[in-house]
Amino acid sequence: MNMRQSSPLSLRDAVSKADEDPEPFIAGLNSSVALRDAVTASVLDGRGEEFHRRSVLVCTEDQLSAALALFELDGFARRIVLYPPDLSLDHISGVAASAEVDAIVTDKMIECADPIPTVRVTRCPKNIVSRHDKCSSTIHTEWVLLTSGTLGKPKLVVHDFASLTGAIGFGGRSGGRVVWSTFYDIRRYGGLQIFLRAVLTGASLVLSDASEPPADFLARAGKCGVTHISGTPSHWRRAMMTPASTRINPRCVRLSGEIVDEVILRRLKATYPQARIVHAFATTEAGVAFEVADGSAGVPAEVLDNTPGIEMKVVDGTLRIRSDRTADRYLGADVPVLKDADGFVDTGDILEMREGRHYFAGRRDGRINVGGFKVHPEEVEAVINRHPEVEMSLVRTRKNPIIGAVVVADVVLRSHSKPVDCDLSALRNDILHLCRAALSAHKVPAAINIVSSLAVAESGKMMRSHA
Amino acid sequence: MTIRAEIEDQFRQVAVEYDRRLAPLTDNLELLNSGLDSLCFAVVVVRLERALGIDPFSASEDAAFPVTFGQFVSLYEHAAK
Repeated sequence: MNMRQSSPLSLRDAVSKADEDPEPFIAGLNSSVALRDAVTASVLDGRGEEFHRRSVLVCTEDQLSAALALFELDGFARRIVLYPPDLSLDHISGVAASAEVDAIVTDKMIECADPIPTVRVTRCPKNIVSRHDKCSSTIHTEWVLLTSGTLGKPKLVVHDFASLTGAIGFGGRSGGRVVWSTFYDIRRYGGLQIFLRAVLTGASLVLSDASEPPADFLARAGKCGVTHISGTPSHWRRAMMTPASTRINPRCVRLSGEIVDEVILRRLKATYPQARIVHAFATTEAGVAFEVADGSAGVPAEVLDNTPGIEMKVVDGTLRIRSDRTADRYLGADVPVLKDADGFVDTGDILEMREGRHYFAGRRDGRINVGGFKVHPEEVEAVINRHPEVEMSLVRTRKNPIIGAVVVADVVLRSHSKPVDCDLSALRNDILHLCRAALSAHKVPAAINIVSSLAVAESGKMMRSHA
Repeated sequence: MTIRAEIEDQFRQVAVEYDRRLAPLTDNLELLNSGLDSLCFAVVVVRLERALGIDPFSASEDAAFPVTFGQFVSLYEHAAK
C-alpha cells in the first residue's frame, strides 16, 4: 500500500469528518476545542493569509495554540518549523537561518538576529476567530522537527504530511469511542504522532502540560475518559509513583522513545490489567517503524523481517530502516546525510540478538537517553573540561530505576591538583555548579567521580562503552 | 548518620541544586508532591548509593517504586539489613 498516493494533501483536509457522538475535542490544561471548530478556527488572529508560502516558526508555550496553528498553516505555509518548548531560545536565530524562517507564531518574547514578521498568539481559546481563507489548500508543506545534535545544537529534520501520517489509517475507525492522550509534547515526533493519529481518526485528544503535576494530569485525563495513552518508560515510571495512576482506565498503553524493560511492562500490566500494552520504535528521522505487543521487552526477530511497508536490517550492529515514513533530509549548512544511497536511515541504535529476540543496547555514538532527552557526552565533557583543575573527563550513562539512565562523569584532575579529601567534595560541587550554569538539567551529571586516569584507545580517543 | 538522616540530607541538597521548593519531609508525604521531579529522584538514588553503598532498586528489579517518603526510607532501611 502506498499511502503517499492516496493521502490527503493537508491536515485540515484529512481530519475525520465522521459524525461522532459525543463530538471529538482537543483539550489543553485550561481549555478545550471541538475538533470541528479546530479545523475552521484561527489562532492567528485571522491573519493566516500572511503566512501563504512562508517558512513559519511555531514557538509557543501553549500546546493547544500550536495545535490549532498547525491546522491553519499546513497546506498553506511553505514550511512549518516546530520549536519544542524545552529548547532554549538561544537557538532561535540559528534555527531561523537554517530553515529560512520568514514568519513567526509565538506567545513568547523572541529576539532574532534579523527581525522576522511575528504574529503573537495568546492562550486558547480567547483569541480564536473564524477563518476566511481565500486560498485553498494547494501547497505541499514541509514539516520541520527539531532533535538535539552534538554540542547542543539542534538538528532540523524535514518531513511532509505523507511521511508523518504513514503509520496512521485515515478516516473512520471501529471499536468504540477513542480518547487519546500523551505525556509527550506534540512539538516532538512522539507527541506529534499521537496528535495526528487522534485528529485523523476522529478521536479526542487530551494534551499534557509541562506546568501540571503528574497526578493532576492523570486525574484530568481520567476525567476526560482517556482510552489510549502514550509516553516514554520514564513518563510511565513517574506515573506509577502516584496513586493517581489508577485515575485512568486505558484500553491501550503505548511506550516509546527509550529502551523498554520487563519491569515497567510488568508494572503497567499489573496497574492496567485490561489494557493492551504496546512498545513501539520510532525516531524523528526514521519515522514509526514497528510495535511489539507480546508483553515482553526486546523485539521478536520476525518483526524486523516481516513488518509490512518497513524494510529493516542490522548493519555493523545498528538498526537501519527504509520506508515511506522516514524523513527526507536535514536542513541547514554542513549537515550530515540523513539516508544512505539506498534510502536507509541509520538509527545509530545498537541491536543485540539473544534467544530469537533483538534487544536495544545503547547508542553507537555514546549518546545517552535521560528520561527521553538526548545527551551527547561530548557536550557535557566540554563544559567540565573548562574547570581549571580538570585535565580530562568522560561522561557516561548509568542505569537508573526512575528515568532509565542518568549521566555520570569520571574526571581526571590536573597533575598539580592534589586536593585533600575535604576539598574533593567542594571541587565536585564546583564542577556541578559549572555544569548547572551551562547545561539543561538532564545533562548535568548526577555524580562526579574523581579518577586517576581514563582509558584512551590507540586512535587517541577515549574509550567509550555503549549502554 | 542514620539512613533516614542521610536520605533527608540528600533530598535537601538536591532540592537546593535543582532549585526546587521541598515540602516538609513527613512519612505520609507523597514523593511526587515533595517538590522534586523524576530527574531529582534519579539523582537522589545515585547520591545515596555513593553515601550509603546501597541501591535497593538494582538489588531487586521488581521493587515497586515507593509512593510516599516513609516508604522510600523503609526501602533503604530494609535493604541495609
